[in-house]
Amino acid sequence: MSAVRVLVGTRKGAFIMTADGKRDRWDVSGPHFGGWEMYHLKGSPADPNRLYASQGTGWFGQLIQRSNDGGKTWEPVNNKFVYDGDTHTHQWYDGTPHPWEFKRVWHLEPSLTDPDTVYAGVEDAAMFRTTDGGASWHELPGLRNHGSGSRWAPGAGGLCLHTILIDPSNPERIFIAISAAGAFRTDDGGETWKPINQGLRSQHIPDPTADVGHCVHRIAMHRSRPNTLFMQKHWDVMRSDDAGDSWREVSGNLPTDFGFPIDVHAHEPETIYVVPIKSDSEHYPPDGKLRVYRSRSGGNEWEALTKGLPQSNCYVNVLRDAMAVDSLDSCGIYFGTTGGQVYASTDAGDSWKPIAEHLPAVLSVEVQTLPSLA
Amino acid sequence: MIRVELPPHLQTLARVGREVQIEVSGAVTQRAILDALEASYPVLRGTIRDHVTHKRRPFLRFFACEEDWSHESPDAALPPAVASGVEPFLVVGALAGG
Repeated sequence: MSAVRVLVGTRKGAFIMTADGKRDRWDVSGPHFGGWEMYHLKGSPADPNRLYASQGTGWFGQLIQRSNDGGKTWEPVNNKFVYDGDTHTHQWYDGTPHPWEFKRVWHLEPSLTDPDTVYAGVEDAAMFRTTDGGASWHELPGLRNHGSGSRWAPGAGGLCLHTILIDPSNPERIFIAISAAGAFRTDDGGETWKPINQGLRSQHIPDPTADVGHCVHRIAMHRSRPNTLFMQKHWDVMRSDDAGDSWREVSGNLPTDFGFPIDVHAHEPETIYVVPIKSDSEHYPPDGKLRVYRSRSGGNEWEALTKGLPQSNCYVNVLRDAMAVDSLDSCGIYFGTTGGQVYASTDAGDSWKPIAEHLPAVLSVEVQTLPSLA
Repeated sequence: MIRVELPPHLQTLARVGREVQIEVSGAVTQRAILDALEASYPVLRGTIRDHVTHKRRPFLRFFACEEDWSHESPDAALPPAVASGVEPFLVVGALAGG
């Protein structure tokens, strides 16, 4: 019987939740790396038992952990992330030049075909890659040095590269997003990059339609349509049907178009999910009601999904990497909150149940769909 | 034999107890101790001092013989009591939230 493994990173450790394909009884293990910030864990699509995890604290810096047995045991791999060449400066919050400094790994994206190849999105924004299972990491400097880096500025969470999407039909094409610089694309495996922000509009930069400077919170793609991208921006939900060359707003009837995560149904490429948040100064759901919004039309028309979610006095946030989907039929949707709840829906969002309720603040949620429970 | 006390997270990471003992050849300095510590426990590289600059991470402090050595030269000789193993060299996490 098929199974699901949910990888949850929190402010104080990692948790791994497993269930069979019914997804009604969950086994929760953890905390793994208790007391450490676990920004992200992700499994290799090519070898689902190969997991990578970003572990860190302000005290002891960055570590990377690797598991070869689905998270039962872990081993630390290389944690040396050194920028390639002159680091130059980016903008600080007030627009003054600020030197590039490595702080942490926000996101780990394993190759679709090679378990030893992993991309790492880091703060201050850059992309690194290992091709030896984490034994060494090397920057892809063409991103940071493509020409606009001096105009990138940190979002409230830092100058972070938080999203990496590999085109399943063309591994040379990779999309990334940086807060607050925008979205970028490479068509040659990471050697050269270009901003893909035409159509975005952001009031926090002097020129609201500039080529860079946009606080993109998350982008998402369905495997079957790699030229169609969905974006949750600082404000605005956006859509592109030309691989990011142009964007149009699809916020439609959302109660607020501020938020962090966005994801796509595993089997319906026009069904997308967001979690509206009141505003950039009030990071909690409007009216104290935790509602996932679903569009079955690729945006513009949205419906609130509330069954099983708290509809009063709820003031949690859902962070950008804290939503994921499984590929079972019917599609499971998962998200974690800063209040320590992990919710799952086994009916594409129609209803929700908590699978954990009292964890530390959830930073990331990833889901693996497995042939069986090992 | 030099005695080094580590904070709890680094004990877990290196899979050791509170105190480890290491051999240091030549002058016993902060740099010599940390070089030897990282050679014995490679997983600690980058967690106490920067990989490249070897600067102390900002939320860590180094104590020895009831003195704060955090801001001393990494090549200054540590007290004889540390060099002889009578007193430990302490790596301490600063009390800054958590």
